[in-house]
Parts: sequence; structure tokens; C-alpha cells
Amino acid sequence: MATKSGTQTTRKGGPEGGPVFESSTSMRHALDWVFAVLVFAATMVGLVVLVVLLVDIARDGLPRLSWDFLTSFASVFPESSGIYPALLGSLWLLALTAIISVPLGIGAAIYLEEYAPDNWLTRLIEVNISNLAGVPSIIYGLLGLGIFVNLLGDITGGQSILSGALTLSLLILPVIIIATREALRTIPGAVREGGYALGATRWEVIKSHLLPMALPGALTGTILALSRAIGETAPLIVVGAATYITFAPDSPLTAYSALPIQIYSWVSQPQPGFQTAAAAGIVVLMAVLLLTNSIAIWLRNRYQRRA
Amino acid sequence: MGSRRKETREVREVRSLSEVSGERSGIGGDQGGQASTVPEASTLGMKIEGLSAYYGSFKAVTDVSMEIRPNKVTALIGPSGCGKSTFIRCLNRMHEVIPNARTEGEVLLGDQDIYAKGTDPVTIRRRIGMVFQKPNPFSKSIYENVAWGARINGYKGDMDELVERSLKRAALWDEVKDKLKKSGFDLSGGQQQRLVIARTLAVEPEVILMDEPASALDPVSTQKIEDTMQDLKERYTVVIVTHNMQQAARISDYTGFFYIENMGDPGRLWEFDETTKIFSSPSRKETEDYVTGRFG
Ligand SMILES: Nc1ncnc2c1ncn2[C@@H]1O[C@H](COP(=O)(O)OP(=O)(O)OP(=O)(O)O)[C@@H](O)[C@H]1O
Ligand SMILES: [Mg+2]
Repeated sequence: MATKSGTQTTRKGGPEGGPVFESSTSMRHALDWVFAVLVFAATMVGLVVLVVLLVDIARDGLPRLSWDFLTSFASVFPESSGIYPALLGSLWLLALTAIISVPLGIGAAIYLEEYAPDNWLTRLIEVNISNLAGVPSIIYGLLGLGIFVNLLGDITGGQSILSGALTLSLLILPVIIIATREALRTIPGAVREGGYALGATRWEVIKSHLLPMALPGALTGTILALSRAIGETAPLIVVGAATYITFAPDSPLTAYSALPIQIYSWVSQPQPGFQTAAAAGIVVLMAVLLLTNSIAIWLRNRYQRRA
Repeated sequence: MGSRRKETREVREVRSLSEVSGERSGIGGDQGGQASTVPEASTLGMKIEGLSAYYGSFKAVTDVSMEIRPNKVTALIGPSGCGKSTFIRCLNRMHEVIPNARTEGEVLLGDQDIYAKGTDPVTIRRRIGMVFQKPNPFSKSIYENVAWGARINGYKGDMDELVERSLKRAALWDEVKDKLKKSGFDLSGGQQQRLVIARTLAVEPEVILMDEPASALDPVSTQKIEDTMQDLKERYTVVIVTHNMQQAARISDYTGFFYIENMGDPGRLWEFDETTKIFSSPSRKETEDYVTGRFG
């Protein structure tokens, strides 16, 4: 409890009593310490679980990892199974999804933040975008199945990489839009006014000042969203990613597999050999994620320095 | 009162003049101004008639009429919240940038109504530049800060030369000539404000509007900006909002006093006259109280 020296009493003002402060400083510091311990523990729980998981995966998967594993096709024999088509499929998906969703997402964010009038329609759109970010990914899979695979099948090639990428793009668009809007919103109005006052049009101000300033923030959101997309399984299963494929995809209109799909299919096999293959697949997936993230961080820092 | 009535009549005369030539300058003159270089010989003044400004349904400024003479410095003074910033932003169509903000009345640049239908605010803002209270350099190099506005407006001449000339006119060249590639943010507040002035000069405006350009600066920077302004009026028409009475008295030729009589009313131009008159023998009591610092 409060010791004598830890109790602080201050009297100010006249004898009738001005403001009086009475508090136990040692008690307040103790509470502060308790809180620090609690939040540290919270951090550790997440971290420890993650590290245990990673170590477990690495122990199972790393020995299985080899050049052969990366360059072989799937097989009925676990020992000769490889991840090549799934890896290529995932890289295709990643690239196409980025190409489709980044311009659309940043464009939509610019419209909503810089051009759209502040009326009920805009607000309705805003609320809906926030809600869309929380919709389960399988719903997007069903949407993609209905629209891209079935309705537009003649154009997209049905159960093709393009259909998968379009579906994943829908999935991550809200996140990109929200991140870009946040980034645009932190730019002070004085920047825009400075541009207008020189006789610049809205687009000139956006292109020269707002976009470069917003890009680091927008990129961060986009990277996180793309990472999420590349790890998605459910919507890809729905739009028809294959689990067993005997050729490497070479165009957006071909059938495909993807890393999480391949991993999922191996995990559900009874033979223990496939479990190790799945672990090795997870290591590959993690490596791809790390790689994209570091590329994006590098890009972001580059722009930050230039801005 | 007498001088105000005369003022209004002058405005009326000019207005009828512009009505005659309005159609011609409205569309054709606009496009022409964008492509050709700016005439340097004669500086244009401005005339404002019956100008009111709104934020949504809130009327911030009402019925202002005044003449801003070419090659002179016109100072706008008055208590906080009386609409000086609102008014000055109406002079280059920056007011309408704020959502739901609008204006009524006429603002003439030379004999062209800048609010006439079909007039492009983008062109107007290049011809009537603006410097804000807080320095707002772009997050680009010092060189780019100055060059950008000129470039988007299609400047075809020697850019290096334009940047140097503009920085010299803003009295900043000597301090930055060795670090033009550095970011505009690396400068001190006073230097940033002069950078913004240089960037405004680089697009060759005819009128320069300044909203308390020195309010956040130390006396030395303020002095430099005041010196700059004295040079500027040889080539430009300058309007400056200031809370600093000495500054208004030192640098301006004409002074407008804005005032709100009753709480909740919109701001009005209470008195407008030559600066010497406003500061020595103003015709209204409120003006005298304000310039002598007797307002509580
Ligand atoms: N963006 C805005 N939206 C709504 N009302 C505003 C806005 N800006 C200013 N006003 C209001 O308009 C009136 C005039 O404001 P203004 O900024 O023009 O005053 P000012 O004379 O420049 O004051 P100061 O000397 O403090 O800068 C004030 O009542 C203010 O509250
Ligand atoms: Mg103001």
C-alpha cells in the first residue's frame, strides 16, 4: 500500500483551501508497471505461438525442400511430388491480382477522397466499402464463380487463372481503397490549396503532390492485402483452382493450381509423405510472402525518400 | 462615408465598361491568355462590387465594394473572424474550393469579371497568385517547388533562369543557391514562406494576395518579406491581410478595415482609404479604436 513517502499531498491557495491534490504516486507507478507487464504478455502470446508454429513447420518441411521439389509436378507418390505448377500458379495470381486491383483500388480511393461530392450516395458507397472489407472470402468465391467463371466464362476461360485473379482482386479491393483513402486524408489541405493557387487543375495536384505523398501508405495497405490474397484458399477452391495439374500455366486463360490449394490437398492425404510435402509447401508459401513483402517495403522506402 | 460613396461610383463606371467588353473577353480572351506570355508593361488592378461570401447558409462577408489599385499594396485589417481571409480568398476564386462555399457579387481583374460564366478558375488563379498564412511548400526540391507551377502552366522558356529570377525576387536566392536540390521542408519557416512567394512569382501573376504571410515568422524574416513586398509592387498589385498595425502602416498604400458590428452579423468593409488617412484621421470611430489598439 501507499507508503508515507509515496503519498503526495499538495495544498495551494489560501487557508480556506484552494485546489488540493492527494494521490499515492507509488500506487500509480505500480499500476503503470502492471499494465506494462500485461501488454508485454499479450505481445508474447502471439509471438510465441507463431514462432512455435514456424519452427514446427520448418523442422518438418525444410529437409523435404529441394530443387526437385520446386521443379516437379504433383504425383501420386509423395516422394516425387513437387510444387512447381502450384508455385507458378500462385505467382501468376499474385501478378495479375496486383495489376487488376492496384489501379482500380487507388483510382476508386482518389475519386472518393478528391472528386466525389459529399452527399448521401457517396456516404452509402463508403459504408458499403468498409463492410465489404469484412465479408468472408468464400462469399467472394461464390461471386467469382457466378460472374467470372459462369457468366463471363467465354472471356475469362472459365476456371482460369484470370477468373481466380479477378476474384481475389474483388476480395482485396476494399482494403486497398481504405488504405489509400486514409493515406490521402492525412495530407494537409494546404498542399492542395498551394497547388490550386498556382493555377493547377485537380488532376495536376493529385498527380504531382497527392499521389507521391500517399503512395507509401497506399503501398503498405496494398502489400498486406496482396499477402492475404496469395494465402487465400477458400475462394480459389470455389472458382475452380485444380489440386492436381500436369502442366505449368503459361497464359492467364489456362487452368491452374495455387500454393495454398496444393498444401490443402496434400494435408488431406492419409500418407505421412504428403504431410511432409505440405510442410515444405508451407515453407515455400512463406518464402513467397516474405519476398513480396520485402519488395514492397523496399518500394515504399524508395518513394518515401523521394517524396 | 464620403470617400466610400465615391469609391462605389468608380466601381459602377468600370462595371458598365466591362459589360460592353464582357462578351469578347469572356471566352476568346481566356484561351488566348493561357497560350501567350503575360504582358509585363501594364499591371492590372481589381475592382470588387457587392461581394458577399457564404459557407453553406452562413454569410461570412457581406456587400464589400472596393478598388485595388495597380502597383500598390492594399492592406486588409480588422478583428479576428471578421472575414478578411474569406474575402481575400474570393479574389482569386479560392473560396469555392471549400465544399458548399459560394459568393455573390462581382470581382473584376482589369475589366474582366472573374466570376463571369465560362471563366475558368484555373486561369484566374494563375493570374492572381496567393500566399497563405502558414508556409506550404510542396514536398519536393527547392528547385521543383518554384518550377512546378510554371511547368504545368506551359512555361516554355529557360527554367533554370526562371527559378533563379523568381528566387531572387523573393530575396531567397543567396540563401538557397547552393542547395536547390534539397527538399523545401529543409528550410526555416521564414525561408519557406519566401519560397512560396518565389513559387507564386514564377507563374507571373498580375496580382498577389497574401493572407498574413508573416504572422508565424520572427522579426528578421518578417523584415525580409516586407522588403520583398516593397520590390514586388513595382511589378505587381499586392493585397495583404495583416494583424500587425505597424506592418500595415509601413508597407501599404491603401488600407481596408473589416469589422463586425454585432455578434453573428457577417463581416463588412467598414472603412477603406489611403493608409495615411486610416492611420491618422479615420472617418469612423471603430476604425480609430482599432488602429489605436483601443479594442478590448
Ligand atoms: N471553412 C469554413 N467553414 C465555415 N465557416 C468558416 C470557414 N472559414 C471561416 N469561417 C467563418 O467565417 C467567418 C470569417 O472567417 P475568416 O477566416 O474569414 O476571418 P478572418 O478575418 O480571416 O479571421 P482571422 O483574423 O482570425 O484570420 C468566421 O465566423 C469563421 O468562423
Ligand atoms: Mg484569417
